[in-house]
Amino acid sequence: MEILDRRLNPKGKSLPNRQRFLRRAKALIQDAVRDSSAKRDIRGADGGGEVSIPVHGVREPSFSLGEGGQREHVLPGNKEYREGDEIPRPPGGGGGGSGNEGSEDGGGEDSFRFVLTREEFLELFLDDLELPDLAKRRLAQLVDPAYRRAGYTSSGSPANLSLSRTLRNSLSRRIALKRPKPESIAQFEAEIARLEGLGDPDDEIPGLRLLLDRALQRSQRIPYIDPMDVRYRRFEPVPRPVAQAVMFCLMDVSGSMTEEMKDLAKRFYMLLYLFLQRRYKQVEVVFIRHTHEAKEVDEETFFHSRETGGTLVSTALEEMRKVVEARFPPAEWNIYAAQASDGDNAAGDSTRTARLLLEHVLPAVQYYAYIEVGRDGEHGMPGFPRGPTDLWRTYEQLVVAGAPMAMKRVRHRRDIFPVFRELFRKRGLTEEASA
Amino acid sequence: MNALTDERLLYRGSEWDFETLRRIHDACEEIALGEMGLNVYANRIEVISSEQMLDAYASTGLPLFYKHWSFGKHFAQHEALYRKGLRGLAYEIVINSDPCVSYVMEENTATLQALVIAHAAFGHNHFFKTNRIFKDWTDAKGILDYLEFAKNFVARAEERYGETAVERTLDAAHALMNQGVHRQRQRRVPDLRSEEQRERERREYDEQRFNDLWRTVPGKQQAHVAPSDVERRRALLQLPQENLLYFLEKSAPRLAPWQREIVRIVRNVAQYFHPQRQTKMMNEGCATYTHYRILNRLHEQGRISDGAMLEVLHNHSSVIMQPEFDDPRYSGINPYALGFAMMQDIQRICEHPTEEDQEWFPEIAGCGDAMPVLRDAWAEYRDESFILQFLSPHLIRKLRLFHLNDDSGKPALRVDAVHDERGYRRVRQALARQYDPAWTEPDIQVVDVDLSGDRRLIVEHRVLHGRALEEKEARLVLRHLAFLWSYDVLLKEVDPNTGATLREHAVAPPRD
Repeated sequence: MEILDRRLNPKGKSLPNRQRFLRRAKALIQDAVRDSSAKRDIRGADGGGEVSIPVHGVREPSFSLGEGGQREHVLPGNKEYREGDEIPRPPGGGGGGSGNEGSEDGGGEDSFRFVLTREEFLELFLDDLELPDLAKRRLAQLVDPAYRRAGYTSSGSPANLSLSRTLRNSLSRRIALKRPKPESIAQFEAEIARLEGLGDPDDEIPGLRLLLDRALQRSQRIPYIDPMDVRYRRFEPVPRPVAQAVMFCLMDVSGSMTEEMKDLAKRFYMLLYLFLQRRYKQVEVVFIRHTHEAKEVDEETFFHSRETGGTLVSTALEEMRKVVEARFPPAEWNIYAAQASDGDNAAGDSTRTARLLLEHVLPAVQYYAYIEVGRDGEHGMPGFPRGPTDLWRTYEQLVVAGAPMAMKRVRHRRDIFPVFRELFRKRGLTEEASA
Repeated sequence: MNALTDERLLYRGSEWDFETLRRIHDACEEIALGEMGLNVYANRIEVISSEQMLDAYASTGLPLFYKHWSFGKHFAQHEALYRKGLRGLAYEIVINSDPCVSYVMEENTATLQALVIAHAAFGHNHFFKTNRIFKDWTDAKGILDYLEFAKNFVARAEERYGETAVERTLDAAHALMNQGVHRQRQRRVPDLRSEEQRERERREYDEQRFNDLWRTVPGKQQAHVAPSDVERRRALLQLPQENLLYFLEKSAPRLAPWQREIVRIVRNVAQYFHPQRQTKMMNEGCATYTHYRILNRLHEQGRISDGAMLEVLHNHSSVIMQPEFDDPRYSGINPYALGFAMMQDIQRICEHPTEEDQEWFPEIAGCGDAMPVLRDAWAEYRDESFILQFLSPHLIRKLRLFHLNDDSGKPALRVDAVHDERGYRRVRQALARQYDPAWTEPDIQVVDVDLSGDRRLIVEHRVLHGRALEEKEARLVLRHLAFLWSYDVLLKEVDPNTGATLREHAVAPPRD
């Protein structure tokens, strides 16, 4: 009998199997991931978690007997039945013994639930998106050196000593200079001892001693490890662009924005937050909400508290400009801004808004996205028969003039993901698609 | 008696170390080999963590296996259930190999380890080593090496031919796994020596019986019928053949050599597991009976404390819990419960038989020692024959078994037999059939190949009791079959009594 401790054996033996499974069911899991993201809040969105996919997508089929025909069941625990009794068929058809028929892989259920890790979740979620090219504008300005392995060097600190390289050099030098091996010295000694024991009949000992002395001298002259053998691992500093981003969420919370609209906006912010977090080590979020005046608030207040008042979009931009100036110098931060609004703006504020945007906000940010939310069914016809809103018209002029911003309309929850994907789709793809 | 100072105790409390495991194993061995006369492979006990147990689960309990997405799927499923606390993990996994490997979890208490060692390292181990089906169909010495080979072969194939190609072949072979076992010994290919011997014996026999008179008796002219084309073809391809994977491996025209080898690997693994499916109930019953007996004996000898024994009984009784048919927890007959109950019943018949037992089991009733009877049963029977031979009226009454006939043509279910004088034999027979793969699994065979035409493969399902195949699943499987065969496949569902074809499914191989 033997007892072995396997606890320290490598874990995660089924990781390759898991990856194969995820690859196989990728399309299904991607759908599931996008579905389940609809139910989360902004910061808690990145925790991975349970998803469920339709079981038929990952079925392992095998021949099995179908419904119908004659079956026999032997069941335990008879209470009142006697031979010849008739029992009405239980609903579901399978009879009392249906438990026997359940397939091994739990194929009886309609959905297959399992847990994804955070990395797997985000990988699938943001699979083919990228930040717009303009993000590169400031990336390389501040550098933060990182070290990367780059070959070997003959000088360095002991901590970086490369044993395998050093010994390889030492071995090749010893072979090249014919340093006698310890075994051959031992062999000479043994031979001498043997002949001494025999009384040295053929007078070989002096010759052997000479050889032994030479070998000993040579092995002393040629060291086992010479300073010229020693190698150290070399590290090379590489400049690394600063990787921090701030995301501004601007939202109109005046009376005309319903809870539904705010929910749409929230979903969009959540996606953006997740996406930025994948690309940058550190992402700050600033929430600015406005009615006829704007204020920086925390997430909870931003989404949930109510406010009344008129609508002045320019106040929000002004507030954003102040925050940027005070805390986020554009030279050090990648700034992204997303604005959500139902498109209302006080008459006469448009000019001011356009000027603020053009002169202060757009030069500082990497990307500015504007989402116009509307209620589903608010407008009977596709498109906006009511005509473009004030804000839309204002921004449209800027976009036409070539400002780095994007604008989209969202009217239903199901639009969020396509709109988001359109805003951040890989450039090459867009061009191919439109070409 | 003070438990803390009692020198005979194997362990105290719930903590254990490797020395404790060794003491427990040695104590169990003493009883298993000395008193029960079990015959076991050498034991190897491996301690693993719960994470590793989940890993082992995913690859059908085998310690090393080739890589395939379905194992990842099973892992994800078990993990989700385990994390939510819906399902616990098994306390052990035991491999039919020589030496017999038992995995035990580090989370188990000392008492659980004792239970697990008695259950797996002696109960299952004895069954693996002595049961006829295991002896005939599995090679305990070679299995670990074979799995190692299979794993490396699949990994190399993935490198050379791409993961997708290998995955496709594996998917297809997995779909046919249940049709990948030999149920009977293969006809042995005749070799020259034995043929000569047979020929000689036959000639000697003819010479002994020679009588010239027979030549003069008038009789019908023996018309020598030349075998038809169909017969020759079927003989050449060894048809009909119920082992679909074997047939494909030997005869599929366009499989690459590496694909043949993969089909063979899947077939061998299926064959390795085949005995386990036929003896699930007996195997668990044997292990449960063994642990129950060993631990009770250890308690009698004062080597485990009263508290530990209570823990044993608690676990034991939850293992052999059998909900009744109308209980929401009911999901078929618990193999542990039925196996253990039958073996206890045999012990009762041997030691304290009633008049009824004398009448039903004259050979064993009152023979005094149950162990020889049980050892013989464990060695020579499988679930179906074991029930047919040993299920007693006493146990049928105790479990209140009844037999239900479910004919989809009739509006209601009918109670065919209950636990009374008229019903015992019928209940027993019906229960035995429920454990007979020939009754519960579809009978599917390759019957012909259109060699001169479009090479269409013709497969037949002999429909028993009007139970046809589940159509959607069948088509999916046929697609896999067509992929391996690489020409059209036709599945006929045939009524064996009338020979009429009930349904036909034709599938073309996927084009690519």
